[in-house]
Amino acid sequence: MSNQIIPVVVAAADLHQHLATLKGEGYDFLELLTGVDWGEEGLGVVYSLTKTSDGTMTHVKSVCADRENPYIDSVTDLWDVANIYEREVFDFYGIKFLGHPDMRRVFLREDWQGYPLRKDYDESSNSDICLEAEPISDMAVKYTIKGDGTLHEERTPIFTDDDYVVNIGPQHPSTHGVLHFRTALDGERITKIDPHLGYIHRGIEKLSEGYTYPQTLALTDRMDYLGAMQTRHALCMCIEQAMGVEVSDRVKVIRTIMDELQRIDSHLLFFSCLAQDLGATTAFLYGFRDREEILKIFEKTTGGRLIINYNMIGGVAHDLHPDFVKDVHAFIDHMRSKKVGLKEYHDIFTGNVIFQTRAKGVGVLTKEQVISYGCTGGTGRASGWHNDLRKLRPYAAYDRVKFNEITFDEGDSFARYMVRMKEIEESLSIIEQLIDNIPEGSIQEKMKPIIKVPEGIYYSAVEGSRGILGVYLESKGDKSPYRLHYRSTGLPLVAVMDTACRGSLIADLITIGGTVDYIVPDVDR
Amino acid sequence: MAVNKKAPVINNIPYEEFKDNETLEQLIQELNAGGVNVCVAPLDKLIDWGRSNSLWPLTFATSCCGIEFMAVAAARYDMARFGFEITRNSPRQADVILVNGTITTKMAPVLKRLYDQMADPKYVVAIGGCAISGGPFAKSYHVVKGVDKILPVDVYCPGCPPRPESFLYGMMQLQRKVLVENFFVTTNRKEHDPYDKAMDEQYVELLNAQEKA
Repeated sequence: MSNQIIPVVVAAADLHQHLATLKGEGYDFLELLTGVDWGEEGLGVVYSLTKTSDGTMTHVKSVCADRENPYIDSVTDLWDVANIYEREVFDFYGIKFLGHPDMRRVFLREDWQGYPLRKDYDESSNSDICLEAEPISDMAVKYTIKGDGTLHEERTPIFTDDDYVVNIGPQHPSTHGVLHFRTALDGERITKIDPHLGYIHRGIEKLSEGYTYPQTLALTDRMDYLGAMQTRHALCMCIEQAMGVEVSDRVKVIRTIMDELQRIDSHLLFFSCLAQDLGATTAFLYGFRDREEILKIFEKTTGGRLIINYNMIGGVAHDLHPDFVKDVHAFIDHMRSKKVGLKEYHDIFTGNVIFQTRAKGVGVLTKEQVISYGCTGGTGRASGWHNDLRKLRPYAAYDRVKFNEITFDEGDSFARYMVRMKEIEESLSIIEQLIDNIPEGSIQEKMKPIIKVPEGIYYSAVEGSRGILGVYLESKGDKSPYRLHYRSTGLPLVAVMDTACRGSLIADLITIGGTVDYIVPDVDR
Repeated sequence: MAVNKKAPVINNIPYEEFKDNETLEQLIQELNAGGVNVCVAPLDKLIDWGRSNSLWPLTFATSCCGIEFMAVAAARYDMARFGFEITRNSPRQADVILVNGTITTKMAPVLKRLYDQMADPKYVVAIGGCAISGGPFAKSYHVVKGVDKILPVDVYCPGCPPRPESFLYGMMQLQRKVLVENFFVTTNRKEHDPYDKAMDEQYVELLNAQEKA
């Protein structure tokens, strides 16, 4: 099964019309928006659209030849998530999106020189260390085109003079990383959130362009460290499918089990941190106690606890530890036990009246909103959107296991919490179905010493702990990728915070942020 | 199911590297051999002892190492045994800043400000490869290559991320440093670093003797 994609090339002038037509045909989910520097051909954008009904995808490419002053029409009016994606492309490539309401940098400092992901970016144009505070602009920039073909720049204030603006972050224990929300308040009610990202932007995508394929793998674990297995799985799978390598059944099953263990790990940490943020320290300790069991299982087989480095191109790094099956059985029994495990979580936290009052009916997102914002994973499923890739586009060994896709219709913080708690049970069931009959076979396909991916554009995605985790890989046939772009699971989740929090109390920001469950190093990459 | 009967071999940093725990204490003993002030010395000792056993860390985490830091704080590794359990959310109440994770160009001024907000005596522990040298991201355009470029670091704790035991070891090394700091008058006088230029000749000789031994 090849994962090569051949995007339809659309002229910049017809782009908006073309995408609007596609949206009308049922491609209502903008899965990915990738900026690419094609050198001589110009800078451009690849739009990856998905039908929410059956998961089929289509890709559209648009190029602007003018490298000095590139611009493309914005699609923010079609998809809300395009807002933050287009700001990302502007930040890295300098492509201006006409009609975008807020064309500011999103990851880099506002006084940053140049556009780092362009191929001709000069590394020396910015100093390593800058100790002056970052200038933060209060003006949103909107570009439109005038009749004579020149760009018109229009500046509007982000906050009005009457807004009372509170800075939450970048150093705040409950933002789950270094994230900066400029929050406008009316009394205690939130009226607007302006997120500032990039405090942990490490330029992984640019680094990858200089690395060989096996080297790029090392960086994946460090993006979403609670989905380390899954991110690496996505990249390995993308490269394997691009090269036409079929991994053995054994590897597929091992990867599936590891992905599900990782998902439980992530959801346990989600539970612990949410409890901690809301002041329930005991629940935090319970969650971490059980999480240690998973880490022990990981450590025995792979040698790593958090950064695991397990999946390799064409297989996995080590065979399973002799105790693996026994340990996993013990863990499943522990989680399902009548006294400890999940039962205990529900006793101590789920039923707690303080938590219920703070979560029920708070931060409601409708199904239309989550699709428009591209909030996949538990956040989307809590609003009734069936977006589980394990069902829509099965990969690895997910086609041979039975499990339920958990969805709720409420769309509030409590539903988002319950989705994850129920998913732990489903993951346990998936592992249970596979663990006793792991097929025989090699754990590593024989690969060439230097791995080269044939020329083309490839896209693969897995269901990460927090949603669809896609890998866009463009190769020119070399030993390193020409462009490697990750569909961050967290970026749409941060983008939706403004919508989810409006009208809520400032204290609810913590509950909503906790239940939406973004991981900032995954957002920033 | 056939599995490989041999457990995987994991190459660790040799344990011998981590066995030098006594240097600082021995140095103090040697320097004190000629006698100390009857009044001030025990008082200093008491203050140092108190400080070293109630180091309050700032909850500061940028990436992966922060999750391991939470694991250290949780029940299994339980850093409360050493007096680090009271994590503070405000730098004004914290004694030590554990730099958990990569520091980027955008984060550097924020980190510097956090450090400046802390009250003396204050300490910095660089946790993990990223905080020490940039780690796997050292080639990046947006990463500070080592937090020691902006802050004076007391203890380096290598790993990616370091194991919880390694965290605890790093923190215990900091405790050992704190235990002797009044003797070397390093507290409250960070601007006059005795290790820097104004080093006593006698002290240099002692150090040389120490090295020879």
